[in-house]
Amino acid sequence: MIELAWLIPVLPALGFVIIALATKRFKLLSALVAIAAMATSLVISLGIFFEVLQMGITMENPVEYSVRWMSVPGIEINAGILIDPLTAVMLLVVCIVALLVEIYSMGYMEGDPGFSRFYSYLSLFASSMLGLVVANNYFQMFFFWELVGLCSYLLIGFYFGRKSAADANKKAFITNRVADFGFMLGIFFLFYQFGTFNFGELAEAFHGYENIAFLTMAAILVFIGPIGKSAQFPLHVWLPDAMEGPTPVSALIHAATMVAAGVYLLARQFVLFHAAPVSLLTIAYVGGFTSIFAATIAVVQDDIKRILAFSTLSQLGYMVMAVGVGSITAGMFHLTTHAFFKALLFLGAGSAIHAVHSNSIWKMGALVKKMKVTTWTFVIGALALAGIPPFAGFWSKDEILLATKEAGFTGLYIIGSIVAFLTAFYMFRLIFVAFFGEDRTEHEPHESPLCMTVPLIILAVFSIFIGFWGAPFVEHGFASLVYFEHPHHVTPDYMLMFTSTLLAIAGIVLAWLVYGKKVISAEKIKNRFQPIHNILYNKYYIDEIYQWIFDNIVLTIASMFKWHDRNVVDGTAHGISDSIRAAGARLRFIHTGSLQNYALVIFIAIVLIVLWMGMPVLGGIQ
Amino acid sequence: MNGTLEPLFFWLISAVIVLSALAVVFMKNIVHSALFLIVTFVGMAGIYALLQADFIAAVQILVYAGAIAILIVFAVMLTRRGDIRASNPFNGYAIIASLACLAFLVVTVSMIFNSGFEIVESVGKSVVEPLAIAMMGDFVISFEVAALLLLEALVGAIILARGVKKEQ
Amino acid sequence: MITIYHYLLLGAVLFSIGLYGAVSKKNAIAVLMGIELMLNSVNINLVAFNRFLTPDAVTGFIFTIFVIVVAAAEVAVALALVVKVYRERLTSNVDEIDWLKW
Repeated sequence: MIELAWLIPVLPALGFVIIALATKRFKLLSALVAIAAMATSLVISLGIFFEVLQMGITMENPVEYSVRWMSVPGIEINAGILIDPLTAVMLLVVCIVALLVEIYSMGYMEGDPGFSRFYSYLSLFASSMLGLVVANNYFQMFFFWELVGLCSYLLIGFYFGRKSAADANKKAFITNRVADFGFMLGIFFLFYQFGTFNFGELAEAFHGYENIAFLTMAAILVFIGPIGKSAQFPLHVWLPDAMEGPTPVSALIHAATMVAAGVYLLARQFVLFHAAPVSLLTIAYVGGFTSIFAATIAVVQDDIKRILAFSTLSQLGYMVMAVGVGSITAGMFHLTTHAFFKALLFLGAGSAIHAVHSNSIWKMGALVKKMKVTTWTFVIGALALAGIPPFAGFWSKDEILLATKEAGFTGLYIIGSIVAFLTAFYMFRLIFVAFFGEDRTEHEPHESPLCMTVPLIILAVFSIFIGFWGAPFVEHGFASLVYFEHPHHVTPDYMLMFTSTLLAIAGIVLAWLVYGKKVISAEKIKNRFQPIHNILYNKYYIDEIYQWIFDNIVLTIASMFKWHDRNVVDGTAHGISDSIRAAGARLRFIHTGSLQNYALVIFIAIVLIVLWMGMPVLGGIQ
Repeated sequence: MNGTLEPLFFWLISAVIVLSALAVVFMKNIVHSALFLIVTFVGMAGIYALLQADFIAAVQILVYAGAIAILIVFAVMLTRRGDIRASNPFNGYAIIASLACLAFLVVTVSMIFNSGFEIVESVGKSVVEPLAIAMMGDFVISFEVAALLLLEALVGAIILARGVKKEQ
Repeated sequence: MITIYHYLLLGAVLFSIGLYGAVSKKNAIAVLMGIELMLNSVNINLVAFNRFLTPDAVTGFIFTIFVIVVAAAEVAVALALVVKVYRERLTSNVDEIDWLKW
């Protein structure tokens, strides 16, 4: 199967081409083409996964093959496939989530005029992500990295007629461009120093390399890429706005593809960060900060998708933090579980939005009566996210907390615990307001069609059981597959499990007290802490700060450059042309129009030239 | 050509050519200029004969003295206006042009005398036959192109002089 | 003894006279006559070179004939032009035909 790995990204790309060129008019056919391509990729991924398990392919001895892509003198660029457990796991996650999202979209996007377009974008998106996952070198990765960015641009701006969507996709694209520039610089530095893009060759080159300062710089530059793609502070601003896309796209972006790319990159080239401890520290603290930063914002938001978006930010911070404290096992495990329950949550939210035609949680309520499947699968997702045992999130979150604790980052451990509490609180605030409580809906909601609920149920099953794969008491689980240098089997820390569970339950109970039972008045708290509420509600005014910076600083600098361009650059050009024109205006009088004048001048010139050339013959200059 | 008489003929013909050429330039009446031009052309044919280029001499007489001179006389006739006796005046460049031409002459002559030529002695023989062979052999394409050129000049001259009849 | 130098000298003199005529005369036809003189002087050079330097080849003669051909064509077209201009502007003075200027 492994030799077929190159087909995995190629098939959805093929689907994209077919939909774009041939089946655009036939909506159902377009969807079927995309789903068929995705399903085939999933089958191959499954095959690869089991082959990896059977053939004993580990992180140390991956399977790698490549062909020459392009060759310029001095630079040889290969397109290659790198299969190790990390790739295999990632392929499975991406394929399953993408496939379920595509099936779900058949219901969600029904009747949309851009139905085929949507499927073609989805296929391209999945293809880019899969290409990124199997890449064996930085160049190829960057190529697909950019393609993912392009697809997110297309999908976020899917309803490009809406100004907010058009703005959001520009925001996403530009923010990502900023980050990609750093990433690109990092790649170039690495190539400049080591002369290769290949991950394996680079890893070997780092071994005996002395110049830690250089590696740190390169590592931090490379990390800027994930800061953008995985939406870490301070380049997180695009992700909440990415909600402008259709909800299945949000699920895809937030769960399995775009944002996962950054964490995946960190895990893929962990050896680089490992070689530069300062960069690792940076990563850990950026991640930790992002997680608590986003979690506090999520507490006060009204828009169901926005809450989920900030929750994604926070969870991504978790993953990045896990990688930063040195455990790619924990980071990738959380990525895997998070992919399933976050996809579940988004698709569930989509189902709810589909039913009530509004994004605000205050316009929902009591959906449990009308939408049983949606509600209960959503609750399962929320429990998984909140980290209630035995749901998936519990195991992966505990592993991250354990990793921070073991690595001695007490501060990050405390932050992580607070985030766990906040997560539980805001998720159940959402559930108590939107799915229980009194009915505030304006339309008559009804359960979504089967093609939407079945993916929800499948994802719910995954959300319940996937966690056991990496549970500490399971042997040959996730930790023995994905690791750095040597597998790290955690011993269950029951104290920690107990604390985190307690915190999560405390969060749920508090949410129930405030929004379910209404023992504590949300209004009173809000009024009491009005300034804090405002800051949180406005997302710490980060967007406003950026706006201010752009308006006042960037535009000022830009206007200076504009002045320079208008007056110095253009002035030079115009000055030259004007002086030439002025000279021409004078010089044209030389042209008398009289042929004999011309002939005379020509012959005088000939005499002079002959004199000059004939000087040796004529005995002038010997 | 008798060897002993060659210098005599050369100097004689040269004198005629140079004097009549000067007359072409300096005559006040353009008709006289044209007539002296014919004399120059005929003298030139004599020079070719001296150089044992009999065919060129014949062509010179036929084309220059015959056709071109007649053409020029016709053109003079067609463009006559005002007093024929002052029909060939100088323009404002007369003096500076004479200086330039003199300079040109000096330079050229000094170049000639400073160049060493390797003279190859030969007996004179007719050039008609080798010319004909070369024309139809190595130079046949140039020959055809020259024919085309003449045709074009013919058509062009007619169109220029007569004008194109405008359709409708 | 007449050498190549004599013929070249004759050519140079004739060329200078022709040049003078071409540059300093007012009448277009006189200018053409000057040009004819220049062409003829070139012919003398060509024939003389052929005769004295490479008597076994005929390239110089061939060139001469082509020069004569081109001269004939040139004269025909040029005179047609002169006649045409004369009809349009009632002049054959070259210094009045200066529409090419600025």
